[in-house]
Amino acid sequence: MELLSNTVALSRMQFALTAIFHMLWPVLTTGMGIYLVIVEGVWLKTRNPDYYYHARFWAKFYVLNFGIGVATGIPMEFQFGTNWAPFSEAVGNFFGSVIGFEASWAFMLEAAFLGIMLFGWERVNPIIHFTSTILVAVGANLSTLWILTANSWMQTPAGGEMVDGKFIVHDYFQAILNPFMVNSVLHMFFATLETSLFVIGGISAWYILNNRQSAFFSKSLKIALAAAIAVAPLQIYIGHLSGEQVYHYQPSKLAAMEAQWHTTPAGQPADWSLIAFPNDKAEKNDWEITVPNALGYILEFKKNLSEPVRGLSEWKPEDRPHLVGLIYYAFRTMIAIGFFFAGLMLFSTLQWLRGKLSPENISQQKLLMLGWIFAAPLGYIAVESGWIVRCVGRQPWTLYGQIRTVDAASHLPASNVLVSLISFASVYTILFIAAMYFGSRIVRRGPNLELPIPSLEISKPAINTTPGEFVPDERPVEAEQ
Amino acid sequence: METLEYFLPQVWFAILALFLFLYVMLDGFDLGVGILSLTSSDEERRGLLMTSLSNIWDANETWLVLMGGGLFGAFPLAYGTILSALYIPILTMVFGFIFRGVAFEFRELSNRKFFWNIAFGAGSFTAALGQGFALGSVLKGIKVDETGHFIGSTWDWFSWQSVLVALTLIQGYVLIGSTYLVWKTEGALQETHYKTAKLAAWTTLIGAVLITITTPIFYVSARSRLFDRPLVYIFAIIPLVGVWLIWQLLQSLNRKEERAPFIWTILLFLLTFIGLALVVFPYIIPTRITIYEAAADPSSLVIMIIFIGFLIPVMLFYNLYQYVVFRGKVTGGSYGE
Ligand code: HDD
Ligand code: HEM
Ligand code: HEM
Repeated sequence: MELLSNTVALSRMQFALTAIFHMLWPVLTTGMGIYLVIVEGVWLKTRNPDYYYHARFWAKFYVLNFGIGVATGIPMEFQFGTNWAPFSEAVGNFFGSVIGFEASWAFMLEAAFLGIMLFGWERVNPIIHFTSTILVAVGANLSTLWILTANSWMQTPAGGEMVDGKFIVHDYFQAILNPFMVNSVLHMFFATLETSLFVIGGISAWYILNNRQSAFFSKSLKIALAAAIAVAPLQIYIGHLSGEQVYHYQPSKLAAMEAQWHTTPAGQPADWSLIAFPNDKAEKNDWEITVPNALGYILEFKKNLSEPVRGLSEWKPEDRPHLVGLIYYAFRTMIAIGFFFAGLMLFSTLQWLRGKLSPENISQQKLLMLGWIFAAPLGYIAVESGWIVRCVGRQPWTLYGQIRTVDAASHLPASNVLVSLISFASVYTILFIAAMYFGSRIVRRGPNLELPIPSLEISKPAINTTPGEFVPDERPVEAEQ
Repeated sequence: METLEYFLPQVWFAILALFLFLYVMLDGFDLGVGILSLTSSDEERRGLLMTSLSNIWDANETWLVLMGGGLFGAFPLAYGTILSALYIPILTMVFGFIFRGVAFEFRELSNRKFFWNIAFGAGSFTAALGQGFALGSVLKGIKVDETGHFIGSTWDWFSWQSVLVALTLIQGYVLIGSTYLVWKTEGALQETHYKTAKLAAWTTLIGAVLITITTPIFYVSARSRLFDRPLVYIFAIIPLVGVWLIWQLLQSLNRKEERAPFIWTILLFLLTFIGLALVVFPYIIPTRITIYEAAADPSSLVIMIIFIGFLIPVMLFYNLYQYVVFRGKVTGGSYGE
């Protein structure tokens, strides 16, 4: 097959596979990090042991994700050099530096304090422990900041120009604060937070539905819900801003997201396609259902556009994204999930206000609990879809408008990349199955409400000096199951 | 400006050397413990070995990520050329990391620990092997044209020299891993690792001697530099100091000291490292491309000093703090919960 001897195609598939897989894990480590700060803070404030047990219980998911996140993140970084050497060489001045910032600002912080957060409960005093938990969350979110800065710059390269095939930076701050940066960081930040909230809520709902520690888990569900009241609508709004920035800066991507084949000039209304069957070859939608005039309202809150919406047929086939159907449906999937989250949040809030979520009543809310369980995996699907829109929609460019994907790939023997691609695919399949299995095992075991509670004496020395006790908490009997 | 163009790449060469050294030292004992776990027979021991790493393995590995990011930003040409030229060893290392990284969590949660024990041990071994081959072929020299692009073939990295370097590196990791365990454990486990440390000290010595002898003979470019004054004096002293350090190390092992062996091993690593850095400098892709040719823009290098360089003391501080928090012997064979 031709594909199997095409290094560029294989490298793209490998990058896509490894990125999609890597992305599954940091979602919880960044979003749940914030949640862990909240529950530990509440525990320190109220001294209600339940919150301590929440901190311990959810941290188990945190580490599981963290380990796989690190293991799958390392291939991401090295791939820039191995599979995208010409790209690395051309953009190293800026892009490489930012990858370096991510390691020094974010990874190191997260990695160093995670040990204290997980194993230090008895070793350091509560203030230092709480500080460590905060620093872990800060570290994880700083990595969102830097990696999204790097990626946004690939979408809207700013702050310099290409000279002799190398990107020369004139203004670093302009490059960092490129047009997509602020909004994309926010959208990603809320994406990880929102996904984590619905995962926590979903797992809590499962316990409630099964009548296991309902009172305990109604607490975590309510924290998740309370946070979602702010996050779910905000995410829709920020997503909308993301769409607007694509409209201004990446017209060919917008055309693919909306399956618009023909240009609508400024000053005219445009129809919005709700469902369609885009046909790349014929340059049209084989069939579609449209909402008249809606695109103007979506993009600009008014009927007539002030800028044209350019159609895909304006570009030569080699200058525009392909896989239009994928981009189009990925985009719609993400939006549908965004609205589903908001709807679920609204309905749950209503029930909360009516007192239906109190520990006595909550077990009767079967349908609502099923809704939350159903929502648990949706965030991941939205995140992956968003990335597919962003990365596949950027094609044929790796550095938008500057470096084509074909010129970005290393000249490697196709057989090497084929072997590594197959290896990644098989190893990641095993990892995925194992992670699901072990994750569900953590769920089945449930929280351990017998752990000794560390003393809240702030006056005790910052570091416990009793020698010989490396592991503070002996694994309890339940672990032997 | 002229001087800046020399000075900045040199600063970055030094910073990257520091990152790499910290990595080789810290993840060195990490990987070494992993390789040693393959030889331990019972589950409790393996539990102890992994517990001794549970809180630090990730921070240790992060020095490599940091060194990768720094190389990418400071010497983009070298990053692309070296990594794509060494595709197979680098990916070998990466897969090793994947297995050993996930093994920490999965083993803890699993009933059948056997599979994850193997993943941990074999992953550590594979990662070290990949690194050894990469190091060996970088030292030997990567075939590039005058613009610094790779013109060799896929299997260039495989040569008897790189095999020698890889085997020696693994011995070195086993050595530092053993001395780390001597420091962190007690009783029978500690006894065992006094033995493995001694054995590894000898095998590392043999490897080091072979490399020292063969380097000037087979690497033409290295030869001319090695015998240049004033470097020749340094290169004459290094092996002597090395032998003295190994002797001190063996003595301290015989005296059953607990911390000294680890410290002697670190000094040994440092010495080797200085030797290698002097052989390589000022090349970043030996033996063709110098750091000045491969460096990023001076403005990039300055920004990176501000954003990364100034953080080095902070990173060192909180990493050290971690070791202080978790000082003392490892006793429990499990780190979960
Ligand atoms: C949500 C934001 C996010 C996104 C879009 C990515 N990552 Fe990631 N990455 C993280 C958030 C993160 C994290 C949460 O910060 C992780 C997970 C566990 C950890 O320690 O850091 C991480 C781990 C991680 C590691 C291991 C760090 C370590 O050893 O501690 C590397 C090298 C990368 N990532 C590199 C990448 C690259 C090159 C990406 C782009 C293609 C990428 N990540 C996408
Ligand atoms: C109705 C709501 C939403 C809208 C209108 C929306 C809009 C967008 C747009 C236009 C992009 C592409 C940006 C680009 O290509 O540069 C995008 C990307 C993305 N979306 Fe959404 N989105 C919504 C909801 C969500 C939800 C609920 C999640 C996850 C929980 C999510 C996660 C992402 C991610 C991870 C990306 C890629 C990274 C980024 O651009 O920040 N989105 N979104
Ligand atoms: C935030 C950091 C990221 C960076 C710097 C990044 C960069 C890249 C690069 C260099 C490529 C290969 C060149 C190209 O095809 O243009 C690529 C392709 C791709 N990436 Fe991203 N990516 C990031 C995150 C992600 C994530 C999290 C996902 C998925 C969940 C993703 C999905 C993809 C896909 C599907 C492709 C293949 C596109 C194609 O070739 O058609 N990316 N990205």
